[in-house]
Amino acid sequence: MTRISMQANRRRMLAGAAATAATLAAPAILRAAGGALRVGVLLPRSGFEAGIGQDCQRGADLAPAILKSLGLPDITLMNADTESNVDTARARAEKLIGDGAQLLVGAFDSGQTTAIAQVAEQKGIPFVINIAAAPAITEQGYKFVFRNFPTAPMILGDAFANQKNIFAAIGAAPKSVVFMHVNDTFGTAMAKGIGAVMPKFNMPYTIAEEIAYDPAARDLSVEVAKAKAADADALLVVSRLNDAMLLTRELVKQRWTPQAILSMGPGWYDDQYLKTLGSLADGPISFVPWYDPHKKLTQVLEAALAKADSNVNLNTNHIFTFEALLVAADAYRRAGSTDPKALAAAIRTTNITDNVSIGPGIAFNAKGQNDKVKDGAIQNRGGKLLTLAPKDAANAKPEWPMRSYLSRG
Amino acid sequence: MPLEVYFNVVIGGVLTGLVYGLMALGLSVIFGVVRVVNFAHGEMMTIAMFIAVLAFSALHLDPLIMLIPIAAVMFVFGYALQVALINPFIRRPEHTQFLLLVALAIIIANTLLIIFGPDARSVQTAYALDSFQLGPIIIDAAKVYAGAAAILFTVALFAFFRLTLVGKAIRACADNYTGALVVGLDVQRLYALTFGLGAACVGAAGAMLVLVVDVTPMLGPSYTLLAFVIVITGGLGSMPGALVGGVLIGVTEALAGLLFTPSAKSMFAFAILVLVLLFRPQGLLGRRLS
Amino acid sequence: MIARLTTGVVRRSTVLLALLLGALVAAPWFVNDYLLTVLILILYFAYAGQAWNIMMGFAGQLSLGHAIYVGLGGYVAATLFVRFGVAPWLGLLAAIPIAAAAGAFIGFLAFRFGVAGVYFAILTIAFAEFARIGFDHWDLVNASSGLFLPVREYAHNDLWRLRGDPTMFYYVILAATVVAFALCRLLLRSRVGYFWLAIREDEQAARAAGIDTFRYKMYAVMISAAVTAFAGVFYAFFYNNLFPEQVFGISRSIGIILGPIIGGVGTLFGPILGAFVLTGLAETLNSVMTAFGLDLPGATQVFYGICLLLVVVALPDGVWPPLARRLGVAEDGK
Repeated sequence: MTRISMQANRRRMLAGAAATAATLAAPAILRAAGGALRVGVLLPRSGFEAGIGQDCQRGADLAPAILKSLGLPDITLMNADTESNVDTARARAEKLIGDGAQLLVGAFDSGQTTAIAQVAEQKGIPFVINIAAAPAITEQGYKFVFRNFPTAPMILGDAFANQKNIFAAIGAAPKSVVFMHVNDTFGTAMAKGIGAVMPKFNMPYTIAEEIAYDPAARDLSVEVAKAKAADADALLVVSRLNDAMLLTRELVKQRWTPQAILSMGPGWYDDQYLKTLGSLADGPISFVPWYDPHKKLTQVLEAALAKADSNVNLNTNHIFTFEALLVAADAYRRAGSTDPKALAAAIRTTNITDNVSIGPGIAFNAKGQNDKVKDGAIQNRGGKLLTLAPKDAANAKPEWPMRSYLSRG
Repeated sequence: MPLEVYFNVVIGGVLTGLVYGLMALGLSVIFGVVRVVNFAHGEMMTIAMFIAVLAFSALHLDPLIMLIPIAAVMFVFGYALQVALINPFIRRPEHTQFLLLVALAIIIANTLLIIFGPDARSVQTAYALDSFQLGPIIIDAAKVYAGAAAILFTVALFAFFRLTLVGKAIRACADNYTGALVVGLDVQRLYALTFGLGAACVGAAGAMLVLVVDVTPMLGPSYTLLAFVIVITGGLGSMPGALVGGVLIGVTEALAGLLFTPSAKSMFAFAILVLVLLFRPQGLLGRRLS
Repeated sequence: MIARLTTGVVRRSTVLLALLLGALVAAPWFVNDYLLTVLILILYFAYAGQAWNIMMGFAGQLSLGHAIYVGLGGYVAATLFVRFGVAPWLGLLAAIPIAAAAGAFIGFLAFRFGVAGVYFAILTIAFAEFARIGFDHWDLVNASSGLFLPVREYAHNDLWRLRGDPTMFYYVILAATVVAFALCRLLLRSRVGYFWLAIREDEQAARAAGIDTFRYKMYAVMISAAVTAFAGVFYAFFYNNLFPEQVFGISRSIGIILGPIIGGVGTLFGPILGAFVLTGLAETLNSVMTAFGLDLPGATQVFYGICLLLVVVALPDGVWPPLARRLGVAEDGK
């Protein structure tokens, strides 16, 4: 009797020891069974992209509670900082997977995203890209990489289509524009795409001059002087936040108010842009991946963000990071398992119509790209962001032309 | 392109160049005397810029008024840094100094990131967006004030080195280290003073620069590099050289941006640096190297 | 050659080196994928640091712009591969002369005109920045939108085309590090090496002794550039994407330099030890932060900076020289 129980005890002890060892050695296996889905979130939260990375993180932090309230399964976030660096991005992706992440989300920057995608592909761990517009990423034949964000040519196509809608609605259009773009990955991809995409849309304007500027520009006075001298009706821009603010200030100082500022990238709608520039922030129209204000989930996300951070307006960074996690939770629910292969199979058949971004919803094509996602046109007005196009998502009429900078308080 | 565009751009380049020059002056003063290349220079300026932003947002103190207090704070910072950390490294090889200051730069940039977050901060003074119009020429008001302050600050510093006893002693140290020891100068204290003065320059420059650029914690490295380019062009160790170098680089970048693609304009600054190093290694106004 | 490689080596250091090499060769069987990636990073920095050390540690020429050779190597091999399907090892045959030529150009200008010390260091930064901006505008290499290598054929390891899993890349970089180590040892024990040391210690005296300092400094720059070029090729094929900002940037130059300085400039083992210390430190800090649930961007880097500071204050000559004395394997000539 004692003998048997001792043996049983020992067996239990051994089993316990083995379990402990297993937890130490391969936490993935043990924690995978049931419970929350462990999602590794990789974002550049320090280094030169820290601002955007930390903004994206807001969207991620809101996700678990909202997704739960929608009846989706629990997800646990495992956050990692890529430090805006390709080497670090790869090492962090490996670490997250080693620590038991069953799905990865990230990473804003195209270079870091590519490095993570390779790790995900080798390990067979699904990777849902939140933001990264370089077309090459989904042209690599990856099986585990998914992108719910438009590529540069998609952004351009939607931008031109929406511009034409707006021009038609107001019965006016610029005859010529100056195209200013930042010379970084995104800016160059857009600048290259424009030559191929613009002719298809028979735009009413011509590009009078193209001005590329340094992403780390300290001063954009020359760039603006050059643009002003080109004597065009409107300004077409692809920029980031800091340069958008610099450009605006220079426009004011050099006393030039173009008929319109048509932006096809971040910056001009950012919270900081609105807050820092006040009444000078009014007027620019951004043609960007955006939320549909009429969708139910948008209102939920907006409310949650307002509660978490009352100073922040909902933007692209939050939306697409949140949606990446939405894709994850939805796939987990349908797969019923945290097995990466099952998750990836489930993501491939994703069909979410109740989402945040504009368009019919989230579904991935054979390359892992969501080719249904649509961009909107939004205008800054009185510190708020109003949606002008597409028609289904619109909640305001365009204000055209821009009010002169000199007449503002 | 209309002629006035060239005028506008060149005037802008001169004014910005003056402020850059003041920032670079700090590097030059430190190197000229202490013979340490301050690789954390840009980060020190970022600290000054954040102080200016804080002072403005909390107490509505104009950066131009804060210029002197910020320079004073940075003086103390520089002095302490020299005494506590850098002093033992003065006679050590350059790569060791490099590592020390790079480590310091990493600490400063990331501490600022933790404290202030990653977003760009700015100062919205009443005149921030003013410009003067003279016929077809438009001049940025903030740059005029900043440029003028840069000249004043440099003149004051120049006078200090030429006219005061301490200034003369510091110059003696720079000219002849052993001689300075022999005549009984307290070299260590003078070095600390110099480092403090260099930091004060960069502090003043930072206070002025917030009028025209937004500050982020990661701003440092690009300004460190800019400061190198300017001081080597102007002459490492030469005070007027730093301002001249600043103006030269400012105007070069401005014209290059106008005539070629602006995204490549800093290439022209580097080209000037390379040319200067090759044909006049001591810099435009530097003294012949021994 | 073998004899020259091994003569004068303390037996104990042979044993220790063999043990380390054995451990590294066996490592893929024992470590998980994350640690393997970390080891690849370590060896990559050890290799590049070793290459940099030829110029600075041996010949006393401080280069702060070594990223230019990484970038040139990576871009040459990757462009040849992407555009013309040239295998990286053949691409290396083009990358090495191009990097060496760039080194020769910089060295020629600098040494002819007597640019030395800090001025030389800043000249090297200027050239690296020049190259960064140039590549940012060069359409053949996709400018700033980045050069992507196709990664489809991952199923099998193809050593000739450097397509494969991390274990293959691990052995490639391990072999490269061993080769670089041996090469440095040979160089140091050769005539060139002695001349370099003479130049490093006192250039004027070396010249007075009849050494053609210009020529030997040129050799140092060119060999260092050529060796560094492979680090770029490795980077390109391991990460499969190149952005001028990432490969030519000043932060990459600094990343290369920190290891050998922490390990011990001018020593053979310093760059390797430095890479282990630094990358190990960064990863350990990160793990500790994660374990404590501290998710504060920038905090890891602050601690990293403090550790760097402490090391350089406590051990200004690097970690290896005192450690080597302790182990009784102090390198000769030091």
